[in-house]
Amino acid sequence: MLNMIAGPMEQFTVKPVGWLPNITVGGLDLSFTNAALWMVIAAVGVSAFLLIGMARAAMVPGRMQSMAELSYEFIANTVRNNAGEEGMKYFPLIFTLFMFVLFCNLFGLLPYSFTPTSHIIVTFALAALVFLTVIIVGLLRHGLHFFSLFVPSGVPGWLLPLIVVIEVISFLSRPISLSVRLFANMLAGHTMLKVFAGFVVSLGAAGGIMSAGAILPLLGIVAVTALEFLVAFLQAYVFAVLTSIYLNDAIHLHEH
Amino acid sequence: MEAEAAKFIGAGLASLALLGAGIGIGNIFGNFLSGALRNPGAAASQNGNLLLGFALCEATGLFGLVLAFVILFG
Repeated sequence: MLNMIAGPMEQFTVKPVGWLPNITVGGLDLSFTNAALWMVIAAVGVSAFLLIGMARAAMVPGRMQSMAELSYEFIANTVRNNAGEEGMKYFPLIFTLFMFVLFCNLFGLLPYSFTPTSHIIVTFALAALVFLTVIIVGLLRHGLHFFSLFVPSGVPGWLLPLIVVIEVISFLSRPISLSVRLFANMLAGHTMLKVFAGFVVSLGAAGGIMSAGAILPLLGIVAVTALEFLVAFLQAYVFAVLTSIYLNDAIHLHEH
Repeated sequence: MEAEAAKFIGAGLASLALLGAGIGIGNIFGNFLSGALRNPGAAASQNGNLLLGFALCEATGLFGLVLAFVILFG
């Protein structure tokens, strides 16, 4: 019986969904996978959430409408505080990223679902998008002057060669830390849930007084699930905040 | 030493990153609490920063976890 339990890492397997034909193009497997399916579900979920919420917009908002407005204003305030009025030009990008990551994270907590954001390639694609946007925005606004981002003002001359190298490295590691942060949080949370679930099964199968002890890891799962809801929201928020901070660097360079 | 044993020891050592994350999270909440008790009026406005700091700090520990996974399964 114990052999039937899926390992803690099995939930992250990317496999083609069963009810669609497998597609192979030139030796490449291009089948519609569960990762793609849940990303589509997240995108549809976000659209439905906002469209249904604003379908009958009233002066006094109903439940759905106030949730849609709340999420809009929450991110609008975040962008305004971190990137200033000029950063509001990029609000659609940041809002889209936030909602997509949030819905991917939240849908991932449903039983039998799949979390696209627990895969480094998904989060890295999002982080690379942010990174390239920051570079392009910076170069378009400031031209080559953008590279003064790597030269902090007020640093003594003999220290400059060292500081510039450090600044360049820290700039280049941004997409890595941005993507690994989100991916590692999702991976760790879901692995922890499955490890606890394994404790419940093996304790329950032990028999006698040990079976009664299975209640403890079960309570642990409930607590960890609650924590995971917090983390799912927080990581989406952190992703949005860091995106607006990076955009602020590109827009304003050093004048804070 | 067998390579397999060294792998497990390495993965265990990589999870020591959680030590720093624990200290950091304790610092954040401890300092927030002491600041909030001195000036309760300003505490609510800093909730965003508190959670941001918590999330950033927790992530550094998870980098170590990812390292452990890379050692074990990579």
